[in-house]
Amino acid sequence: MADTFELFISSILSNNIALAFILGMCPLIAISTNVKNAKGMGVAVVFVVTLTAIINWPIYQLLVALNATDIALIVFITTIAATVQFLEMFLDRFFPKLYNAFGIFLPLITVNCVVLAVSLFFVNRDYTFVETAVFSFGSAVGWMVAIILLAGIRQKIRYRSDLPKGLAGKGIVFFVLGILALAFIGFTGLSFF
Amino acid sequence: MKLIRITYTKWYNIMKDGLSRNNPIVIAVLGICSALAVTNKVENAIAMGFGVTFVIMASSMFISLIRNIIPSRLRMVAYMVIISTFTIAVSKFLEDNFPLIFQSLGPYVGLIITNCIVMGRAEAFAAKNPVKYALVDGLASGLGYTFVLVSVSIVRELLAFGTILDIRIMGDNFVPWVAMAMAPGGFFVLGLFIWLIRVLTKHYETSV
Repeated sequence: MADTFELFISSILSNNIALAFILGMCPLIAISTNVKNAKGMGVAVVFVVTLTAIINWPIYQLLVALNATDIALIVFITTIAATVQFLEMFLDRFFPKLYNAFGIFLPLITVNCVVLAVSLFFVNRDYTFVETAVFSFGSAVGWMVAIILLAGIRQKIRYRSDLPKGLAGKGIVFFVLGILALAFIGFTGLSFF
Repeated sequence: MKLIRITYTKWYNIMKDGLSRNNPIVIAVLGICSALAVTNKVENAIAMGFGVTFVIMASSMFISLIRNIIPSRLRMVAYMVIISTFTIAVSKFLEDNFPLIFQSLGPYVGLIITNCIVMGRAEAFAAKNPVKYALVDGLASGLGYTFVLVSVSIVRELLAFGTILDIRIMGDNFVPWVAMAMAPGGFFVLGLFIWLIRVLTKHYETSV
């Protein structure tokens, strides 16, 4: 139990998937122009990442049993695309309000590398089912924290910026992310028990 | 003279677009995950660069070949399957021939699938153009990507380990910059690199 809790905390803070493993950068940079959109994208990612990791884990065990781990990549990406598609139809049919709130974020998630990365990480690190579920949820929450922080800082920069021309727009985002990543390194070695 | 120019213009333009004017990383800011994550060693950057170049070229060629057959509703799924097939090929090739590099790249090889450059070129170029141009376009984007990766990794490996391609460059008194090997170093070096290239090519964004 204690180990699982520490895995959860470390996947949010010291092993943050965006700021320590540098994953999911394209949407992180593209959608962090304001906090409202960042929140929408963050929640959608938490939802999809946790769901696909939980679905992919038993499928991977099946592939191991069949001795067919070579095609794991194709299977994972197909599961992810199918899950996103299904989720979209499901929300559209039963929760139209939520569907409108997620809007364009859902289809964009298929190309968010966090989703596939979480599935590849549990393979690489031999996680059990519970660890996979905790790790995927924690990583997704960590990603949401990162995109909301970044969006807040970018909103401030927009109003009081005196940037060199070459850094305007996406250039400065890298420096902001670098400083955020340095700050998150400070969480290394955090322990509760 | 004029005749020759006309025949070469399209090839030349596609090439130039990928390498500088439309460089996938510097100008369009796509495919940054791997550009940041694997650039702490030059050898990793080279392996990743060639892997991605191969996947872009092969999948662009394939998609361009069957571009008139795929129904437009199913095209994304078809692209995904084609791209992941070639990614598995790259991953197997690295595993068999360069096991050490494969180890240190880890899951990032599999993540070539979700590298937005590959999908971006498939959707924006290969789906609308004949095979020969799709191949050149793939090569140009891939080389533009490799060029950025290698440049960033040279700076990072030099400062983080004092070496380039495992050959010692810095003197014995050099203190390695630990942060350079980790995520922040990647962000800062790539940020500086993008700044430099944007000033050189005079490509500025107007909105923040």
